[in-house]
Amino acid sequence: MAEEGVLEIRNLHVEIGGEPILKGIDLTLKKGEIHALMGRNGSGKSTLANVLMGHPDYEVTNGTVTLDGEDLLELAAWERARAGLFLSFQYPQSVPGLQVGNFLRKSVQALHGDDAPSAREFRAELNAAMEALDIDKKFLGRYVNDGFSGGEKKRFEILQLMLIKPRIAILDETDSGLDIDAMRTVADGINASVEHAACLIITHYQRILEHVKPDHVHVLIDGRIVASAGYELAIKLEDKGYEWLEQEASA
Amino acid sequence: MSSDAREAVGDYKAGWHDPEQATVRFDAGLSEQVVRDISELKGEPEWMTDIRVKAYHHFMERPMPNWGSTELLNSIDFDKICYFLRSGDGTKEDWDEVPEDIKNTFDRLGIPDAEKKWLGGVTAQYESETIYHSIREDLESQGVIFLDMDAGLREYPEIVKKYFCSIIPYQDNKFSALNTAVWSGGSFLYVPKGVHVELPVQAYFRINSENMGQFERTLIVAEEGSSVSYIEGCSAPTYSTDSLHSAVVELIALPGAYIRYTTIQNWSNNVYNLVTKRGVAHENSTIEWVDANVGSKLTMKYPAIILKGDGAHGEVISVAYAGEGMHQDAGAKVHHLASNTTSKILSKSISKDGGRGSYRGMVTVSKKADNCKVNVVCDALILDEKSRSDTYPTMEIKNSSCRCEHEASVSKVSDDQVFYLMSRGHSEDEALALIVNGFFEPFVRELPMEYAVELNKLMALEMEGSIG
Repeated sequence: MAEEGVLEIRNLHVEIGGEPILKGIDLTLKKGEIHALMGRNGSGKSTLANVLMGHPDYEVTNGTVTLDGEDLLELAAWERARAGLFLSFQYPQSVPGLQVGNFLRKSVQALHGDDAPSAREFRAELNAAMEALDIDKKFLGRYVNDGFSGGEKKRFEILQLMLIKPRIAILDETDSGLDIDAMRTVADGINASVEHAACLIITHYQRILEHVKPDHVHVLIDGRIVASAGYELAIKLEDKGYEWLEQEASA
Repeated sequence: MSSDAREAVGDYKAGWHDPEQATVRFDAGLSEQVVRDISELKGEPEWMTDIRVKAYHHFMERPMPNWGSTELLNSIDFDKICYFLRSGDGTKEDWDEVPEDIKNTFDRLGIPDAEKKWLGGVTAQYESETIYHSIREDLESQGVIFLDMDAGLREYPEIVKKYFCSIIPYQDNKFSALNTAVWSGGSFLYVPKGVHVELPVQAYFRINSENMGQFERTLIVAEEGSSVSYIEGCSAPTYSTDSLHSAVVELIALPGAYIRYTTIQNWSNNVYNLVTKRGVAHENSTIEWVDANVGSKLTMKYPAIILKGDGAHGEVISVAYAGEGMHQDAGAKVHHLASNTTSKILSKSISKDGGRGSYRGMVTVSKKADNCKVNVVCDALILDEKSRSDTYPTMEIKNSSCRCEHEASVSKVSDDQVFYLMSRGHSEDEALALIVNGFFEPFVRELPMEYAVELNKLMALEMEGSIG
């Protein structure tokens, strides 16, 4: 069997509407690793998340992305998902009329095909995950993200993460809009899921990283990773902000 | 079916046709003689012949409606249509006696299976006449009458005479006049006082021949405190020339009665579907129209309810899907004539591949009708730039105690919505089907399970290959 769960990003350049956003990203994610990608608004964090998942608005002008050696950039979003990629969205979309329970079951079936759990196994996993995330049963009858509060949307993304069990999990600003208790719950969900996955957490703040300890922290400024280190880098950023890095970068 | 035929049929599932085996086929074209011949062939009483002839003259004199899709309406060539076609020889009560070819048609549509499983009664109409009919014995013993309309007229002329044209006079519009002149087949359903028909009864209408006109006539009378649910399904093969389906349906809900009338129409896109449906709801009774319109070249259909008695309730729940070369001009009409009457209209339409969906609705509340409640919601979903959706709501509220709510929305499927679903492993077609089925969900949950599954499958088929 090929090496499992290695995402390699090499020299990735991305434009949107002709404007360069990412200017040469190199990053390798391996199974069992948690990476944090930090940076200010507009630095290109969400662009990286979207382009990895295959959003049609972004144009890759240079570089490669492979998953276990397979070219990801050739694949449509749904094929990337079936290959094991998962994105927790910063702004999840609503689908009125599509019930949460139905959507979850259908998605797990679409992603795992013949390996999908039986209806009974799925139900057991679903109940356990909902309990862990402190989500009420009634939630299953609601429509996907329709009328959800910010916190409900984020919990729902993590519920999907727990049931889908991806090989590569990209979490885009999953911590924004969560209070302390909710953040702890969500963090527990992430920790439970990333045992078998490589995980990229995109965030402004160090707060969530207290609960989900990253092995690697990267800082993105103006489309480039300007610093990579261990967890201590996140603490330093919380302390000193991004300015010192920006000065170093422009020097 | 030959491979050529299959190609011509494309994705339309019910688009195959059987070799036509007519035992009586009238020449194309309409005249007073054609109308008299139909009546004579059926051995009808004189009053029916008279009303047919009067309706024929009204049809000839009445101008074409000058609203809706006038261009398509004016392109109907009434001289090319065959107004009566009999296949087989009469209505059978045993499925095995139905001619093999026709039986195959309905077998493929799943009618006999459905009957065994969950229907209280069924009739199947092929071209102009009903070829099969059955009703459960327990219903029959309670006095429920479920016949095709021709048999209804023969066996219960006094009931038919009392109600025929009482809700929709032939002068109502050009197509109600045409139907009254040349009607054939349809259902006659009579539910006696206090009888509750637990299982739905169903009729299935199939046009099989080219240039065919199908003019079924349905009359449902629910006596005091009774209840019944009626379902009709429609399909036709795809031909290069057009067929015309122009039905008239009259419902009478007497005090405290309940009628639900469900239509699942899946016409091929060469059928003009111009239908008049109206019910009168007496005191504390309920009429519900549940109406799904998929396919057809042009549909103009506005199920109507006249809330005539105090405390009556009416609902019109409809969905329309307009794909390439289709125009769905559909909606609802409710007239509040009495106090404490309530109504709900929910209309959902989807247009795709240049299809056009229109909602045309009318709600009136008369001066003397106090404390009425009106709720209208119409939503349109447009799947691409080529397609179109229009809304034409009319409200005439003449009593200030009325509580009236009206919501309308037009939305487009966004790339971000599709991307979100794709990121969960669903292909583009599957993502669209999830969005479309979600949009229709408030309608689908009103349907019996078997129909809900069928409609979802149908919409998934329609979404296939939809993004180039």
